[in-house]
Amino acid sequence: MKLELRGITKRFGALVANDHIDLVVEPGEIHCLLGENGAGKSTLMNVLYGLYRAEEGEILLDDEVQHFSGPGDAMRAGIGMVHQHFMLVPVFTVAENVMLGHEETNAIGVLDIAAARAKVREISDRFGFDIDPDAVVEDLPVGVQQRVEIIKALSRDARVLVFDEPTAVLTPQETDELMAIMRQLKESGTSIVFITHKLREVREVADRITVIRLGKVVGEASPSASNAELASMMVGRAVDLTVDKAPANPGADAFVVTDLSVIDALDQYVVKDVSFTVRAGEILAIAGVQGNGQTELTEAILGLQPRVSGSITLDGVELVGRSVRRVLDAGVGFVPEDRTEDGLVAEFTIAENLMLDRSTGEPFVKAGALQLKTLEEFAEAKLEEFDIRAQGISTPAGRLSGGNQQKVVLARELSRDLRLFVASQPTRGLDVGSIEFVHTRVVEARDSGIPVIVVSTELDEVTALADRIAVMYRGGIVGIVPGDTPREVLGLMMAGETTGAAA
Amino acid sequence: MTTTTPAAPIVHETAVVRSWKAPIAYGIFALVGVLFAFVFPATGDTLFELSTEREAIQLAPVAVPTQSAVIVAALLLVGLTGLSAFFVASRRARSPLWLAIVFTVLFLFAFLTWVAADKTIPVPGLLVGSLALSVPLIFGALGGVISERSGVVNIAIEGQLLFGAFSAALVGSITRQPLLGLVAAMVGAVLVSFVLAAFSIKYLVDQVIVGVVLNVLVLGLTSFFYSKVLVPDAATLNNPVKFDVLPIPLLSDIPILGPVLFRQTIIVYLMYIAVFLVWFALFKTRWGLRARAVGEHPQAADTVGISVTSTRFWNVSLAGAIVGVGGAYYTLDVVGQFGKDMTNGAGFIALAAVIFGRWDPIRATLAGLLFGFATNLQSVLGIIGSPVPSDFMLMLPYVVTIFAVAGLVGVSRAPAADGKPYIKS
Ligand SMILES: Nc1ncnc2c1ncn2[C@@H]1O[C@H](COP(=O)(O)OP(=O)(O)OP(=O)(O)O)[C@@H](O)[C@H]1O
Ligand SMILES: [Mg+2]
Repeated sequence: MKLELRGITKRFGALVANDHIDLVVEPGEIHCLLGENGAGKSTLMNVLYGLYRAEEGEILLDDEVQHFSGPGDAMRAGIGMVHQHFMLVPVFTVAENVMLGHEETNAIGVLDIAAARAKVREISDRFGFDIDPDAVVEDLPVGVQQRVEIIKALSRDARVLVFDEPTAVLTPQETDELMAIMRQLKESGTSIVFITHKLREVREVADRITVIRLGKVVGEASPSASNAELASMMVGRAVDLTVDKAPANPGADAFVVTDLSVIDALDQYVVKDVSFTVRAGEILAIAGVQGNGQTELTEAILGLQPRVSGSITLDGVELVGRSVRRVLDAGVGFVPEDRTEDGLVAEFTIAENLMLDRSTGEPFVKAGALQLKTLEEFAEAKLEEFDIRAQGISTPAGRLSGGNQQKVVLARELSRDLRLFVASQPTRGLDVGSIEFVHTRVVEARDSGIPVIVVSTELDEVTALADRIAVMYRGGIVGIVPGDTPREVLGLMMAGETTGAAA
Repeated sequence: MTTTTPAAPIVHETAVVRSWKAPIAYGIFALVGVLFAFVFPATGDTLFELSTEREAIQLAPVAVPTQSAVIVAALLLVGLTGLSAFFVASRRARSPLWLAIVFTVLFLFAFLTWVAADKTIPVPGLLVGSLALSVPLIFGALGGVISERSGVVNIAIEGQLLFGAFSAALVGSITRQPLLGLVAAMVGAVLVSFVLAAFSIKYLVDQVIVGVVLNVLVLGLTSFFYSKVLVPDAATLNNPVKFDVLPIPLLSDIPILGPVLFRQTIIVYLMYIAVFLVWFALFKTRWGLRARAVGEHPQAADTVGISVTSTRFWNVSLAGAIVGVGGAYYTLDVVGQFGKDMTNGAGFIALAAVIFGRWDPIRATLAGLLFGFATNLQSVLGIIGSPVPSDFMLMLPYVVTIFAVAGLVGVSRAPAADGKPYIKS
């Protein structure tokens, strides 16, 4: 089906998120939307899907003007969407989530769960997913949840499909599978809008590329354009795609983890007998496929996991058994993996989020009273420094674009006196310009002489930042290797092969 | 670009860590049983009266030797505690629901035998009274479950019960038709629901505040009309025709339980059906799936084309209708006329039953039965004269709920969006 957006304008208060955007997606075309964080890509797609109502402009499907009053109308017209932030009911099973909204029932409204299961299986088989229809969504790792979102969109036989950053949490091979699926769908005439910040993916599948900046279309790019060309078009300046990093100058063993084990709510060892050391002034990257215990490991460091055994010491001080408050006071900066769940309070303003873990003392609180003036100045400065695109410091954090939310978390954690910096997926969902910026800041943190731990499922990020690399597999560390280890070796290690692991 | 091998499902080693909360809770009660049996023994016989004169099959009263019965029960309680510990230890994870039910019944038996040493316990009366007190609680709890599952905290159950009772009395008296009274009760309670729904869903006023205000408002209104309108003309305005008792053939002749459960009015039979229907509808039908989706993750429901606002609105209204039947039970069945503040906090205990029942219709019903029993027990004990202060028994529902919320009885997790308004951009 042919999709055409004409002159779409969407304002949030004074902010023009979409400014007269025109976009045409031909049947059987994969159309990539590129743009910085906060450029207005998700907003445009939410308008298309009927979630937001545009102030101006119209939506045409096969040259007919549509009037959507809600997502229901858009779905009926054949539009499907994979949302940037998952739209899954955590306590429902996969089958229930997939059937929700277009349930098959008998005459008196009794659900036909068997049909829903069969549908999930059929789509999983068709696209080579391995998903249990009866698994409860909240028990699934994010990568699998993303597949459930994709199945949900596919199950409706949409003829226009929007993928809003579906690959941010996928492993490379999952991404390859998804791209194969997109090609399959394209063959059958589906029009696809694909949003991603990963230029490799864009060049691999895009038929056409539209670049959006500050709510306006700034032009089309050809899929054969180089990474640097695409990046500079998006950001409006030249972007350095590799990190400038002087060789590490490691000092003493500052952060030592010994025989650490973590047991989860299902009574399973998610981290088992892990030991490693990070020296001051060194970046240790923890690589691995999503769900191999990295999340729990970082949470254990911060004191967020209830059942931990073993020892974690920072500058000789034991952290296991301390409350999160006291771990933070010991100088640990932490960027959690899931910013919407753990990193931000969506209803709080940017300024409030920026002081969230410093609400117990100076400079923001004196004698129990908030120092609003100090906070304001601080927040303004951070907005500027981290290039957070928002209307102002009093915007609720939940209103920010995905990438800008991430920057708020980073700004908060990096603006304290740190003794250790732990970042989980620090650049998930960030645009190339912001990635460059964050990587520079991570390296700066290292060069200030503190140990840094970066958890990433992106090999690009791992190899760009790491001085040493620890690879996790099924809760254990397969091996710790130098930062310049070839990707092939890392790939094998991530699959659990211990051969070649040294150092 | 290098790729890694596909991620196989990750299988973790299971750790040997379990939750001992349930066995510990059982242990405490078993200990109380042991205290009854050995430390503060009561001597003599406890007489259990099993049938009244009306029954077709007459059972002779059973005299139980108090001390030995309590000892046996206490030992069984200890055994059940051990069994629960065994379930936990042997990785069967949680101890099952049936164990909780058996344990509770056994504990109550031990307790009754102990307090009524040398006295007579009228078992049919005790059970009939318990059920009578449970009926409004159960209807209230069912309404609470539906409304909270769809994301609206229903503090107004109390007001809905009271207004239902009032409407039923008034319409039942004027029309002389109990069925019309029942309908009026449902309509009256739905009106209260409409106000709750309109303010909390449409105008986004805090649901708890609206609920509390509604309770006060209904109490004030009904009390005013009661003393100004109903009392002066009680014979025509507060004298509804009650529902007839419809004994179910055969079933009502079952010894002990038959007369309690099956010699009742249509309202009680409606309750049996409602419990099943609400459970079935909530978990097996499209309506229930959507209701729960809206209560857990309204935005997700919205993105698949479900209207959050109208789903919530109609479900809160439906909940009101169900609670209304519970209100009618007061004036068209058990009491027979309206009285000032006659619900006397039942709505709050129903709310406690919702939480103690973990937002599940069946468990909430069981909780309602337990709370009804506890409330009735204190009056029965008052009559036969017991060493336990009756005010103490009245605390039971609240104490139990605090334990439940504290997580002692399994995980108690409210629907994620319960009480949160849904605001669209
Ligand atoms: N509900 C909302 N209320 C107010 N402002 C909003 C709302 N949603 C988005 N915005 C603003 O609109 C702008 C565009 O946001 P959008 O989410 O469309 O960006 P994006 O291009 O998808 O970015 P990203 O790549 O980070 O996901 C941002 O400045 C954001 O703060
Ligand atoms: Mg976005």
